[in-house]
Amino acid sequence: MRLLSAFAIGLVFGCGILISGMGNPAKVMNFFDVAGTWDPSLAFVMGGALLVTAIGYRLVFKMDRPAFSSTFSLPTKQDLDVKLIGGSAIFGIGWGMTGFCPGGLVPVLGLGLGEPLLTGAAIVAGMLAARLATRMTIKEQPAGA
Amino acid sequence: MTNFTPFLSLGGGLLIGLATVALMASHGRIAGINGIVNGLLTTRLSPDWAWRFAFLAGMIASPLILLGATGQLPQISIPSSPLLLVIGGFLTGVGTTLGSGCTSGHGVCGMSRLSVRSIAATLTFMAMAGMTVFLIRHVFGG
Repeated sequence: MRLLSAFAIGLVFGCGILISGMGNPAKVMNFFDVAGTWDPSLAFVMGGALLVTAIGYRLVFKMDRPAFSSTFSLPTKQDLDVKLIGGSAIFGIGWGMTGFCPGGLVPVLGLGLGEPLLTGAAIVAGMLAARLATRMTIKEQPAGA
Repeated sequence: MTNFTPFLSLGGGLLIGLATVALMASHGRIAGINGIVNGLLTTRLSPDWAWRFAFLAGMIASPLILLGATGQLPQISIPSSPLLLVIGGFLTGVGTTLGSGCTSGHGVCGMSRLSVRSIAATLTFMAMAGMTVFLIRHVFGG
């Protein structure tokens, strides 16, 4: 039941991505191309998702605990740091180059096309590289922040 | 050119929100794709793997649902060359990992909780993506 629900929620999430256009790189790039072939559609995706989530989360957090878990796992960090802003900047450059954000890409993998698979492999390689780099930095500065 | 699709995009966004809320209500988890994938990239087998795997499998299966419902697969168009996809994909993986989130994690989950970190991250990656598309299309004439 627990896994079935995760699968079903993934299905809904993926359908949302595909229907909204977030999985279509041409549409994503056109959203950012205000100076050219601008397509403002994706503002509606963000608006719709934020509206439902902002209201829904409020209701959910009134529950004592989630249905299949003992706690809500939420990020606890509050402060802005170089890693957050620098990482987000690097992601933005990558997103602008491909038109694929991670959430936009995953449902598209189901279409079985070569280019999304290639992009996905590159994303996973980037994730592993970043984790390796982070681990090495932490080892070099055991007393560091 | 892509067509302006306010209703489809709004509808898709509502579904994304619905799934995001459902994942929190059922598993107590943030529906951030970067975080969910990163949690699978571990060398030790973890009990945490199962739901992550099931969620991603559902996402990958979603085109089939749409095929069943509408009779056709969603049409996408990829303007970038394979080289650009590899470089951009790599940067996406590095950036979302260092920045602890992507469009779903920071943009939807974090912003809806009014997290200052997520708002700052989202403004940053949106601005950089906009600048990158501008450079590719209008400066280097891609």
